[in-house]
This record gives sequence, structure tokens and C-alpha cells, in this order.
Amino acid sequence: MRVLHLRLNGDDVEVAAPEHWTLLEVLRYRLGLTGSKQGCDKGDCGACTVLVDGKPQLACLRLAATCEGHEILTIEGLLPAHRRAHPGSTDADPVQEAFDRCGALQCGFCQPGMILSARALLNENPTPSRDEIRAALSGNLCRCTGYTQIVQAVELAIAEATGAEPESPSWAPNQNPWTPGGALSAAAPVEVDPEIPGGEA
Amino acid sequence: MHRFRLEFPKDVAAATSLLPSHRGPLTPRDARVLAGGQDLLGELKDHLVEPDTLVSLHRIPGLDGFELGEDLRLGALVTLAVIERDTALRERFTVLAEAAESVATPQIRTQATLGGNLCQRPRCWYYRNEEAPCIKKGGAECFAFGGRNKYNAILGGGPSYIVHPSDLAPALVCLDATVTKTAREGTETIALESFFTLPSEGSVQRENVLRANELLLGVHVPALGPGWKSTYLKFRERESFDFALAAVALAVRLDGERIAEAKLVLGGVAPIPWRARAAEDFVAGKPNTRSTWKAAADLALAGAEPLEHNAYKIPLTKGLIQKAFRKLA
Repeated sequence: MRVLHLRLNGDDVEVAAPEHWTLLEVLRYRLGLTGSKQGCDKGDCGACTVLVDGKPQLACLRLAATCEGHEILTIEGLLPAHRRAHPGSTDADPVQEAFDRCGALQCGFCQPGMILSARALLNENPTPSRDEIRAALSGNLCRCTGYTQIVQAVELAIAEATGAEPESPSWAPNQNPWTPGGALSAAAPVEVDPEIPGGEA
Repeated sequence: MHRFRLEFPKDVAAATSLLPSHRGPLTPRDARVLAGGQDLLGELKDHLVEPDTLVSLHRIPGLDGFELGEDLRLGALVTLAVIERDTALRERFTVLAEAAESVATPQIRTQATLGGNLCQRPRCWYYRNEEAPCIKKGGAECFAFGGRNKYNAILGGGPSYIVHPSDLAPALVCLDATVTKTAREGTETIALESFFTLPSEGSVQRENVLRANELLLGVHVPALGPGWKSTYLKFRERESFDFALAAVALAVRLDGERIAEAKLVLGGVAPIPWRARAAEDFVAGKPNTRSTWKAAADLALAGAEPLEHNAYKIPLTKGLIQKAFRKLA
């Protein structure tokens, strides 16, 4: 057993836990913070994603004792963090709001991890392309396969932050439904080299 | 997960004093070094290793940085996210940055380290299955040889047919990197290419020469001279994240219409990063054309001995090699 001093969701937290426990186990089974989900518990699904010093990490693959001295943000801390940064606001984080408005969930199990991965992306790059959004969310599996609305939610949050007026959704590939005019950078046509097996350039 | 004691040494000497004193390969009970933990925690959860002690490197200063001059020095604790994001590093050592960004997921790359990536254990499902006493775990037989071997080796296999899972390893061998390791007795630097061992050499239970009492400190990449270009191409079943079915690390120096020199290392097809020297020698001085690339690809795979379910890796790898040459043309 080890007494850990964690900086968690803006608070200093003291908690005792066995040395071999992961951050996810301490969050869920010592601190009662069950927003971080225990899915595969071995790094395949991303449901336990938390932000450590602002970067997305898997709480199931990090021993809690190695987190001392680092800032941890879980889904429970996202709304308070937004309101601390915007005194007087009664809103949730814009990414949370956008997920709500887009219906970017089905069962909801992946949502905390998805939202935190998206928040980390937008903190670093406020105007990512669709490809960059997809890459940033590539470590979060949605078992309901609801990816379309999830990517749209992130695009809605971007559109609102940059003042663009969302348009009604379009389901065409490579169209950003929230930007007037619509087209994100269209995917480059695949150049095929017939001389090379499997040879698109 | 198995219970262990977790130590946080403050410097390298304290860390090595906590490692086993024997010089043999690691046994499942031996103390383990904890860096990013992205592979080790999986091994612990699957009960493949059950050490009494983990030696965390988290509080040792100076191992998580890199220095980029003409050459490149990387500490063992540099994360893959740092390697993939540094634009100056990417411009000079493109193959390394492209390999780093091809690994796993954004979450894993923010924790996973260079040292851990090089020392990670195989992903063969017989090895990862606690119930399968395969040759990598001290058993008598490689179950992949006569079993489900779609993901296994086509080159350098026997008596184990694992493929080395690292993406950084082929990239760094392609760059002629050296690796520094240390023990209580002293520090040693060797070519990264000779760090990795075939199952028919060394211990069949290990993939490298790191001993139980040794700690990997970092990697040195010599300057890539003017005119060199490099790339890493990886083919995987799932685009979002996966290990390589086949991968190609290629560096070339062109001289007008000809290839002056090339360095070619294959990943995902052999128990070690597989350097294709015959292909390298063949292309030197040849015209930089499709027929040269095809001949090089044929030479690189000339010794391939596929198992029942993985012959597809031969045309796949040949195609990747030709695509890599074309990309750098």
C-alpha cells in the first residue's frame, strides 16, 4: 500500500492504494470517479483515456504511483475546468455541448474518452482538418460504430469557436457539414502505378 | 495483476543496483525496468511475467530528452510522440519520425518510450496466451509453425517464428544507429543491428542481447550525409492502429538518374529487423528505375520461407519495397 498525492481535476487528492494498481483502478475503485471506463483494460479501446499534463493517455496502462507530480484531468473535471476558465459561464465544455447537440453517442461508453481526446486535440490545434480529427480519435473505439456524428461534433465545436455558421449536415464523403460551402480539403485522387503490386502512390 | 514492489531510483546507478545480479537473459521472476509501461503492463496483466520488483525510471533526470545536431542522440525515455512531432528531426531523419507516428494510438505514443519500443516482446498470439507453453516461454515447440501463422515470420524463422513488433527498430537500423546499455560493471555501446538476435542465435526466449542486469540508456544516430532521403512504409490490416504485416525502412542517396547508395530494412516479416544487404548492394550505381526496384525487391525476399498462412507477405513486402523506392525517386 502506498499513499499517493495526486493533482486531479484541479484539486490536490491524497489516496492510499496498492503499488500495483493502475491510475484507472485508483480513479474508479478508490475515488469513485467512474467516468473513465474500464473496457479492454489493456490498451486496445481508449475508453479509459484521461489527460495527463494535457496529453491523452490510457489510465489502464499507467501505474497510479507514476502519476505523482502530474496534472490529471478526467471527464468529471472537464466541465468545472471550463467554468473556472470562463467565470460566470453556466455552459459545459464546448466539446461536450457539441457531442450533446450532434447526438454523438449511442451507448455512451466511449464518450468520455472521445471527448477528452478531442479536447486535447483542440487545445493543441484549434482548427484541425477532418483527417487530423480522425487521427486524433483513432485510439478511441466506438463499439456502436457511431463515428460519423462524433467527427461532426468535433467539427461543430470548431465551427462555433471560429464563428462559422453550421449548415445542415451533409453525408457526402469529405464534406464538412458545418462550414458554408462545404468541402474540406478533398482527398487527393489515388494515383495507381500499374507496374507495382498494390501500387497506388 | 500480479503484486510487485515499485521502486523509484533517482539515478542510473541506483537503478542498475536494483536489477538482477545475474548476466543471463531475463526470467519471468526477474525485476523489470518500467519506462512507459505500454508493453510491460500488458505482459503483467496477461501473467506472462511475474516480477517481484519493478524499477521505474520516471524519476531519473536526463533520459527523456534528445539532442539534434548533425547527428541525433535520443534518451531511452524519449516518447514516440516527441519523436513524431519534432519538425527538425522529421526533416533530417524522416524514416524515424514516420515509423514513430505509425505506432499504436495517440494515447499510447504519449507514454511509450524509445527504449520500451526497442525492447518490447512479440505479439504472436501463442506467446501472448498465458495457457500456451510455447518455445518463447520455455516450452518445447513453436505452436505457430504448424498452427495459425498468418502474422508470423517468413524470413529468419526457427525454432521460433515470431516477428519483431517494433517499428522504430527497422528505422533505426536503417539509419545505422548504435545503442548504449549499462550495468553495474560498466557501459557499452554496440550497433543496434547486432542488438537484436535471431531465435537460432542467442536465447530463443529473448529478442535481443540485453542481459537481466543491464539497462538501455539511449540511441545514437549518426549524421545522414547530404543527399540522403528516407521513408518508412507500413502495411497493416487496420488503418487506425495495428502492428505491421510488413514494413519497409528505406534510405537512398541519388546521383542524378542513378541510385548511389541505399539502405533497406524490413519490419514485420522476421524475428529481427531484417536488413536486406543483397538488395542494397545490387542497387548501388544502378539506374533509379522500376526494373531496378523490382529486382531489389526480388533479392530482398529471395530467401523467404513462408509458413502455411503467410505467403501473402512475400508479394506484399515486394510491393512495399517498390513503393518506397518510388516515393523517394
